[in-house]
Amino acid sequence: MASQPVWSDSQPEDAAKTAEFEARIARGETIEPKDWMPERYRKQLIRMMSQHAHSEIVGMLPEGNWITRAPNLRRKMALIAKVQDEAGHGLYIYCGTETLGVDRHELIGQLLNGTAKYSSIFNYPTLTWADIGCIGWFVDGAAIVNQTMLAKASYGPYARAMVRICKEENFHKRQGYEIMATLAAGTPEQRAMAQDAVNRWWWPSLMMFGPHDSDSPNSDELRRWGVKKKSNDELRQRFVNLTVAQAKAIDLTLPDPDLEYDEATENWRFGEIDWAEFWRVVKGDGPCNRERLAARRQAHDDGEWVRVAAAAYAAKQQRSSEAA
Amino acid sequence: MPDSRDNKTNTNGVQTTDSQWPLWEVFLQPPNGAAHEHAGSVHAVTAEQALENARDVYARRGEAVSIWVVPSSAITASTPDDMGPFFDPGNDKPYRHPQFYKVPRGVRVF
Repeated sequence: MASQPVWSDSQPEDAAKTAEFEARIARGETIEPKDWMPERYRKQLIRMMSQHAHSEIVGMLPEGNWITRAPNLRRKMALIAKVQDEAGHGLYIYCGTETLGVDRHELIGQLLNGTAKYSSIFNYPTLTWADIGCIGWFVDGAAIVNQTMLAKASYGPYARAMVRICKEENFHKRQGYEIMATLAAGTPEQRAMAQDAVNRWWWPSLMMFGPHDSDSPNSDELRRWGVKKKSNDELRQRFVNLTVAQAKAIDLTLPDPDLEYDEATENWRFGEIDWAEFWRVVKGDGPCNRERLAARRQAHDDGEWVRVAAAAYAAKQQRSSEAA
Repeated sequence: MPDSRDNKTNTNGVQTTDSQWPLWEVFLQPPNGAAHEHAGSVHAVTAEQALENARDVYARRGEAVSIWVVPSSAITASTPDDMGPFFDPGNDKPYRHPQFYKVPRGVRVF
């Protein structure tokens, strides 16, 4: 497959342009919005970037759930700031996606009508305060591994949005890890709460990197065009390697009896992911899929009067400046 | 003034006049005295709201001492197609760079 051009919907006369485009990527050049690009590259980027943006936005929901119940003011302020960052991250990426000639309105419409996907991790519920710690530690930790790679993506606006996001994600991960370390060093009940959250979030966090390379239909193409520089399995392995030592440091156990250090490869080997669960959640049947979409639709509809009022205000300003 | 106002249905299927607001490009000046640099874009109905949105989206951690917002439609940009000829006058004049000139041996600090 790799020796064939991966695009199929292009005109024959595009072959030369595509060759030049691929040569630019091979030279490490950045592709910018006005540059010629294969239609398939544009479409894949719109799909990938809008899914990423939607994930940031939907990701606000499980955490927002705990703002009113944060255990103290310091934790509450940090969580509010983190959720606000997630909104910002969504907006950075929507802004990048719009440079590909698609309307933000349309993208948000696809999220609300259920045709667009977002990261399946956010379809799991946040049952205890320790889940907030686990999201910061695992989910943001996994996101950092992925986004550090994407900061070198071939499409300039995507890469630049990732650079901005990566600078902010480290705060997210550390605030989560601090919550877990505090609980792990607390009462037996607090320790148990922390361990329970680890048990529930570990496997879904590994699923965040997507299917095995052999089952990932888009991977070849995205790597060939320099959007992704590493495979799903490579990124997942890096995340496991980083996290094992962090769990050990705060004396929590990752729920995988097969976790074992491999001297030869210097990797932590881990057990098989429950892919049936992964696909079930991706296809809409996770614990919270319906709740998440319902919450986003409600928020969009509840915000309508604000948008209408702002537009009326702008029209009034316009009229008074014309009259003056 | 929203220029892309259209009738659509909200998620309950009710007709609304919800619209996409115009796009503004955002430029931030960092506190160290460097020039304004493009950060991204926001949607807003007025310039004032664009500034507020830009502050909330791009300057949550003291990244800026000044923000410019410009309607995206007001920007004229060079195109990749004429990149060669357009920049050519600046690309073939090595004598505009200090490295073009020889300095006698032994002169270390110049």
